[in-house]
Amino acid sequence: MPSLTLLGQAIVSGLLAGGIYALLALGLSLSWGLLRLVNLAHFALALLGAYLTYQIGTALQVPPWLAGLAIIPAFFLVGMALHAVFAYFRVTEFTSLLVTFGIAVILESVIQWFWTADYRRYETPWATASLRVGPLFVPILEMLACLTAAALAIATWAWLRFTYVGKALRASAEDPAIAAAFGVHHRRQAFLLSGVSAAYAAIAGAFIALIATLAPAQIWAWLGVVFAVVIIGGLANPIGALLAGLLIGVSESVTMAIVTPAWAPLVSFSVLIVILIVRPGRA
Amino acid sequence: MLARLGVLARLGGCARLTIIWLLVLALVTPAAAAPSGPPIRIGGTLALTGPLAPTALLHKIAGEIYVEELNRGNGLLGRPVEWVLLDDQSKPDVTRSLYEKLITVDKVDLLIGPYATGGILAAMGVAQRYNKVFVHHSFGMPHLAKYEMHFPTAAFGIEPNVTLPTTVYNALAATSNPPKTVAIVTSKFPSAQFQSSGARDVAEKRGLKVVLYLEYEFGNRDWGALAARIKDAKPDFLWVGSLGLDSNQLLEAMKKLDYTPPRHFHLFPAPGPLAVAPEGKLALSSSVFEEHPPFTSNPGAAKFIPLFRDRATRANVPYPFLDTQVAGSFAAWQVLEAAVTATKSLDDKVLGQWLRANRVDTLIGKLRFDGPNNYGDDLFKVKQVHDGKWVVVWPKEFAAPGARLLPP
Repeated sequence: MPSLTLLGQAIVSGLLAGGIYALLALGLSLSWGLLRLVNLAHFALALLGAYLTYQIGTALQVPPWLAGLAIIPAFFLVGMALHAVFAYFRVTEFTSLLVTFGIAVILESVIQWFWTADYRRYETPWATASLRVGPLFVPILEMLACLTAAALAIATWAWLRFTYVGKALRASAEDPAIAAAFGVHHRRQAFLLSGVSAAYAAIAGAFIALIATLAPAQIWAWLGVVFAVVIIGGLANPIGALLAGLLIGVSESVTMAIVTPAWAPLVSFSVLIVILIVRPGRA
Repeated sequence: MLARLGVLARLGGCARLTIIWLLVLALVTPAAAAPSGPPIRIGGTLALTGPLAPTALLHKIAGEIYVEELNRGNGLLGRPVEWVLLDDQSKPDVTRSLYEKLITVDKVDLLIGPYATGGILAAMGVAQRYNKVFVHHSFGMPHLAKYEMHFPTAAFGIEPNVTLPTTVYNALAATSNPPKTVAIVTSKFPSAQFQSSGARDVAEKRGLKVVLYLEYEFGNRDWGALAARIKDAKPDFLWVGSLGLDSNQLLEAMKKLDYTPPRHFHLFPAPGPLAVAPEGKLALSSSVFEEHPPFTSNPGAAKFIPLFRDRATRANVPYPFLDTQVAGSFAAWQVLEAAVTATKSLDDKVLGQWLRANRVDTLIGKLRFDGPNNYGDDLFKVKQVHDGKWVVVWPKEFAAPGARLLPP
C-alpha cells in the first residue's frame, strides 16, 4: 500500500504535469473551437519555441523571461502568417489536419537540420529547485508552468466572455453569417486568434525548454494526451482545458504511484472514452 | 630496355646504385592507387529521425568515417565503397521495408545493420530471406537472433540478462559497502526490459532484496511519480533500464524531491548527456570501449579516436568521445572488411563461413562468432562517471589508470 507521502507527492506531480498539458492544449483548443482548424503544427511551434528559448539562453545567455519578450511577439506574427495561408487556400476543418501535419513535419525537419537530432538540455540553476511543503516537494519550474497555465486560462476565459473581440469570436464560431450581419469582421478576428494561439505555443515551448530535454521527435510525444485534454475540456473552453489537463495529469501520476507506470496512458485515454460516451457532443 | 641498361652502365657507381634501389622499391612496394572500378555498395538503415535518432547520429558519423578511410586507402578488393544509407525513422516496420528495397531494388552487394534491437530484428528477417550476411552492432536480445548468418558486435554474450547484471553486482560486491537492497525501474523497450528483468532475477539469487520493480512506457514523459516511488522505496542501489535521456530525466526528477540514490546504474543511456549532467556524478553503466588504456591499444583506436572527435565536434555532438556505441559501430565495419579482405569475395555464404570459423580483432577486442546464436564472449565492463567523463572501473584489469569504483 503506498504511503500517504507517496500519494501526496504523486498528486502534486500530477497537478504540475497537468499544467504543462493545459498550456499546450490552450492554443489548440482555441483554434479548433473558434476557427474550426485542427492545428497539428501547434505542437511543432511549441517545440520550435522551446528550441529558440534554449538557443537564446545558451548562446546569448539571455534569461528565458527576457527571451520570451522577443519570441512571443514573433510567434504571434507567425500565427497570423499561417492563418493567411489557410485563408488563402480556404482550408477546411478536415484538410487542416493534413495541411498542419505537413507543416509540423517540415518544422521537425528544420529543427533537426539546425540543431541536429541530438538531445539538447537547457541547464539552469532552477532545474532541480523545489519548494518544500511539509514532506512534499514542489518543483519550482513546473509550479511556474502550472500557475502560468492557470493565469492564461482565466485570462482567456475572461477575454472570450467579457470583451467585444471575445464575444465576436464566439459568435463567428457559432454562426458566421449572422455574426457578419451584426458587423463582426470574422477575418480580422481569425488573424488575431491565430496569433494568440501561436503565442501560447511559444509560452508552452519556453517551459518545455526549461523542464524537459529537447529532441526533434518530441513534437509527437504530446499529441495524444493533449488531444485528450482538448476534447475532455471542450473546444474553445480555456477553463475546461485547464481542468482537463489537471485531471489527466493527476490520474496518470496516481496510477504510476499506485499501480504501475505502464498503465498511465491507459487511464488518460479511458477517461476520454468514458467522457465521449457520456457526453458525445464534446467535439 | 637494353638501351636503358646501356645508360645505366655509363653512370657512376653511386648514382647507379641509387637508381637500382629506386627501381627495386618501385617494384616491391604496392602502388597506393586510389580504389577503382564499380563501387561495392553496402546497404543499411539508421534512425536518422525519430526517438532513436540522437544515438543513431553517432553510428552515422562512425560509418561515414569508416567508409571514407576505406576509400582513402585501397577500398575493398581494390574497389571504392559506397554506403547506401536510408532513414528508418526509428520504426522496425519501416526498417523491414527498407532492407527489402536495399536488396531487391538498390541491389546492394552487402548489408550492415541498423541501430537498436527492434530495427535489427526486423532487418534480420529480411537478410535471412535473401541469405545475406548480416553484421550489426546494437542488438540486446541474443536469444532471439536465430539466423545463422547474423554476426553481432554488441558483445553481450548469449545471456546478457544474466552476465551483465552479474558483472555489475560483482563490481558492487567488491566495494567496502555493498548494497543490500535493489530497486529496478525499466523502460519497456524490449532489450531494456529483457536485461532488467534479468537484473531482478540475478539480484534475488544473490540474496539482494528487490524493494521495487517498475516498468514504464518507451517515451514516458512524466517522471515525478516514478521518482517518488523510488524515493519511497529507499534502495541501496538503483538499476535503471533506460534508453537515451530517460536516465537524465529520472535523476533530475529525483533531485527535485531532494533525493539521490546512493548508487545507480543505467543500461543504455545517452552517454554524453549523463556524463555531463550534475546528477550524473558517479553514475554507472556498461561499456566495451572508452578512450583510455587498455582500450586505446585495440586495432583502429589510434586512428579513429581523433577522427571521431573531430567529426562529432563539427556535427555539434555535445559529448564527442569515442565510446561503446560508436566503438560497436566501428567494430561492425571492421568485421565486414575483415571477412571480405580475407576471402576476397562478396559471396555472402563464403563470408558467413569465414566469420564463423575465424576471430576478428576489432576496436572492442577479439570477436568470435562460434557460440550459440553466433555469440561469443561477454566483453562488457562497468564504467562510471568521474569528473564529467566515463571511465571503466571494473574488472580491475580494464580499469582506467588509477580509477576504481568510487563509493557514493
